[in-house]
Amino acid sequence: MAQATNSIFAPFSRLGKLSIAFLGELGAIAIFFIHAFALIFSLPLQVSKTMQQVFFIGAKSILIILLVGLFTGMVLGLQGYYTLVKFGSEGVLGAVVALSLIRELGPVMTALMIIARAGSSMAAEIGIMRISEQIDALETMDINPIRFLVSPRIVASLISFPLLTAIFNVIGIVGGYLSGVCLLGINSGIYLNRIEPNVAMQDVRGCFIKAFVFGIIVATICCYQGYFTHMRPGGFGAKGVSLATTSAVVLSCVLVLVVDYVLTSFLL
Amino acid sequence: MTAPLIELKNVTKRFGEKTVLDRVNLTIFEGDITTIIGKSGEGKSVLLKHIIGLLRPDEGEILFNGKQLKGMTRKERRSIKRQVSYMFQNNALFDSLTVFENIALPLREKTRLDEDAIRIKVMAQIDQMELSEVTDKYPSQISGGMQKRVALARALVSEPKIILFDEPTAGLDPLRKNVVLSMIARHQKKIRFTAILVSHDIPDVLFISNRVAIIDDGRIPFQGTPMELEQSENPVVQQFIKGQASLKDELTGLNTRRYIENMLIQEMGRPDRLQESFSIVMFTIENLEQINEHIGHIAAQQIIQFLGTLIKDHFDTADTSARYSQNEILMILPHTGLKKAKQVLDELATDLQKQEIFQAESYPKACFSFSILAGLAEAGPGMDLDSLIGQALSHQKNIVHLECIKHGETA
Repeated sequence: MAQATNSIFAPFSRLGKLSIAFLGELGAIAIFFIHAFALIFSLPLQVSKTMQQVFFIGAKSILIILLVGLFTGMVLGLQGYYTLVKFGSEGVLGAVVALSLIRELGPVMTALMIIARAGSSMAAEIGIMRISEQIDALETMDINPIRFLVSPRIVASLISFPLLTAIFNVIGIVGGYLSGVCLLGINSGIYLNRIEPNVAMQDVRGCFIKAFVFGIIVATICCYQGYFTHMRPGGFGAKGVSLATTSAVVLSCVLVLVVDYVLTSFLL
Repeated sequence: MTAPLIELKNVTKRFGEKTVLDRVNLTIFEGDITTIIGKSGEGKSVLLKHIIGLLRPDEGEILFNGKQLKGMTRKERRSIKRQVSYMFQNNALFDSLTVFENIALPLREKTRLDEDAIRIKVMAQIDQMELSEVTDKYPSQISGGMQKRVALARALVSEPKIILFDEPTAGLDPLRKNVVLSMIARHQKKIRFTAILVSHDIPDVLFISNRVAIIDDGRIPFQGTPMELEQSENPVVQQFIKGQASLKDELTGLNTRRYIENMLIQEMGRPDRLQESFSIVMFTIENLEQINEHIGHIAAQQIIQFLGTLIKDHFDTADTSARYSQNEILMILPHTGLKKAKQVLDELATDLQKQEIFQAESYPKACFSFSILAGLAEAGPGMDLDSLIGQALSHQKNIVHLECIKHGETA
């Protein structure tokens, strides 16, 4: 009898254990972030290290952001045109492209692209430093590894994400112009003229809030996964780093999309 | 006896089911080189990590200057941490930083020195470690021996009072091994830091140690001076030393001191010895320090190696010579009286003097003096080991001598 009850409840207890583990992990990530964030302000400020990270996360991502932004805008222009033309309202294409980019696609696509480019490398770099005892070496030198490795990356993400998102939005609108005006023949004046009155300051503000939040999420999760590579069950050494990188990318992508929904519902 | 600097009392550490350290007691005195030897996987690194605070004991306590590490405030603990450097087994160099940046990192992060002062300090270390050619290279671009030296330079640059070395010679060839050890010994003499070494490179490491501790099965069955180690009756220690006796000195290919001493004692105790006379020659390389200083540690070790190999190849048909200490080689000439031995030695001396390595012209850029001394003694009745060796030492004369030539003035 007892055995039967056990087998009935087994899936639930498993689910419970998983949920507790997941929440525990989220809590650990939050503490990790607070720790790293507080250390941003400890003196002396790590200006040059932060600038290096801005260069790595921000400047080096510009090309890919331009490319992805352009094509996202172009495809939005195409799809938007064929939908709008059915209702005879292809004139508002400019506004449609601009709004969907600024409110939604800009911050999300930028975050996803930076996760792929910089987030994975953050996790891998810190993970390798962990397994080759470089983080222990920092500790023996009385250098706080979280301050040294994580804080500059968080600041750099906070600087880079909004700027890259802005670039993405602008180039996306240009992409929409290319497909809408140059290919499909919408009047150039109408396309551009519809953008300004339809995009409110609130939309732009929301866009930047999202970019900041995504920046924090991506930098924290990717650094966290790398930093605790050695604590992962089931993988040591190079295998551990590969697992850490994978879960950094997956977890930050998923969280970006989930948080995007939550933020949007608050901002609307 | 002075008060110990670091004391481990009944320290126990378990990883899951496995007890790695089992009530370990260890005492470390200031200014000493203490070597912890033991088979691999016996928890040597774990022990070191406890001392620096990377790991905390499950039970027991660690005392610094008589004060418990556990009961210290954060500030006190940090001030101790600042006095300690750690050289990791696999160096743990920052692979995205150049050699220079690696060595400069502790200074840049932890001191308020300006960039010029840091550069001067780092370059001094780089020169001492003979790394000037690779200053701007990354750790993965340089050889294993060089990486070790970078790690050593990084450990030394912050002028710590205590340095922990985790297998500083692992994975190096005999020559580089001795180079690293002689560098550690030399810096220790100069700066007087307290060194704790973990190693299994006996006997080389014993030449430079003041104290030795053996770790076996998570416990420390012995700690004391290298001399006490050799005389210890403890079965675990005996096992260690027996293992050692069969080893040859890696650098020179000669036997070890323990081996030859046993052989001499046996030889001198033989009843029919009176009919069979034998002699010994003690070679001493003088001013090895100057060679370290002016030409480099590698050259100094090469000279020892060269002398050892030459003796072995030319005279050592019966395998009877040994590396007696870091700069001494002892050779036994069996069935040889003093007169014949002198002849043999003269031949060797002429041979040595011809060698390129002992010509002043081979070192155009350096100014130093250097000599090899050799002393003969014949075993007589009623002599013991100490007096025989003492006699050989007291009769030592120059067989190779190299005086500083000031090239600038003669040219």
